[in-house]
Amino acid sequence: MIILFGIFLLTLLVITALAIVRSESLFAAVILTAIFSLLMAANFFLLDAADVALTEAAIGAGISTVLFLGALSLTGEHERGGSSNRLLALGVVTITTLIVIYATFDKPRLGDPEAPVQQHVAPWYLEKTPELIDIPNAVTAVLGSFRGYDTLGEVFVVFTAGIGVMFLLSAGTAPRREQPESSIEPNQGLRHYLVPRVVGRMLIPFIFLFGLYVQFHGDYGPGGGFQAGAILASAVILYALLEGESQALRALPMSVLKWLVAGGALLYGAVGIAGILLGGNFLDYSVLASDPITGQHIGIILIELGVGITVTGVLLCVFHAFAARGKV
Amino acid sequence: MTMVIDILSWIMLTAGGLFVFIGGLGALRMPNLYTRMHAASLTDTMAAVLILGGIMLQAGATLASIKLAAILLFLLITSPTASNALASAAILSGLQPDEGPVKRGGRSA
Repeated sequence: MIILFGIFLLTLLVITALAIVRSESLFAAVILTAIFSLLMAANFFLLDAADVALTEAAIGAGISTVLFLGALSLTGEHERGGSSNRLLALGVVTITTLIVIYATFDKPRLGDPEAPVQQHVAPWYLEKTPELIDIPNAVTAVLGSFRGYDTLGEVFVVFTAGIGVMFLLSAGTAPRREQPESSIEPNQGLRHYLVPRVVGRMLIPFIFLFGLYVQFHGDYGPGGGFQAGAILASAVILYALLEGESQALRALPMSVLKWLVAGGALLYGAVGIAGILLGGNFLDYSVLASDPITGQHIGIILIELGVGITVTGVLLCVFHAFAARGKV
Repeated sequence: MTMVIDILSWIMLTAGGLFVFIGGLGALRMPNLYTRMHAASLTDTMAAVLILGGIMLQAGATLASIKLAAILLFLLITSPTASNALASAAILSGLQPDEGPVKRGGRSA
């Protein structure tokens, strides 16, 4: 039964991908990309990867759609046709596809217990999680503790990406011109739409609550800093869309956002340093409390908090960087 | 008792699936944007209520049911709002609802 669902979803994915390529209107392409992400999230969920599905749904279908639309309002809604080198592109894509298809011949069957990925370190992680860390969600245990270095790297990738976008988009900002038809209008937002505004205002607190739940429930179920950061950022972006960007900036000024961006990454690093100062290794949480398992819990909560803060800050900074730029 | 609940939940699930189908059919076949939206909104409301209700009957009095109820509440609040926003956006972009007879399948966007 699951395999039927999988084939169905993958077929829809291919159809959506073709529609994205064929679509002349970039606006339609952006919406189709959101649908693609949502289908992908459903697919991840079928493969029992609930954490990844949550991230894909929140970031792929939610935030990146808003960012794409922000980018579209800066450029234009229609594709500029007549790109040369079509044959070259077609050739590159064909060769890549053939290579990827050839590579799948060596791929082990889905869920094969003999596959190398199930034989390497994964069994050790699954076996040791109850004993060493004692939280129900093994994904968070691997992500936060066993693979703490990798996650630190990811946080710094997010951090660097945010800084990069802010550098690129705020360099030589053109003087802002009022654009009445722009959806992210500086002071207006959706004020003249009564129903979305009322419902949006009603929903924002619950989105925040859900974001915090996802943040702090990551030890017990799907969730964690990355997903929570995306959800919290989407609540603020919703506020900006409804009430106007300047209102959102008054609630959370850029200076606070910059502190969030740096503070989350700093918090993560500081937990690592604290480990060293207390006599352990970098990012070894066992020494944070007298009981190693409690120490692990504290460490994971703190680094997830750092991840969440940085992701929220970066996404909001990128959003404001897009929204602050007038039409070129 | 389980039998009754099972039958009831399957009736709801099937009816919900039928409403999704009708909604999809309407979204494809209706002549203009507003009628298409009307058909599609059937999926958001009636079908969602029936399908989630059917799943809730299967889940019984558990935490999962409460979560499903929360999702249902969320859907019932947000989907009509989305429809409203879509319709007002269409009106603002100059698409009049009373255009008279529109060509079948003609896209009047």
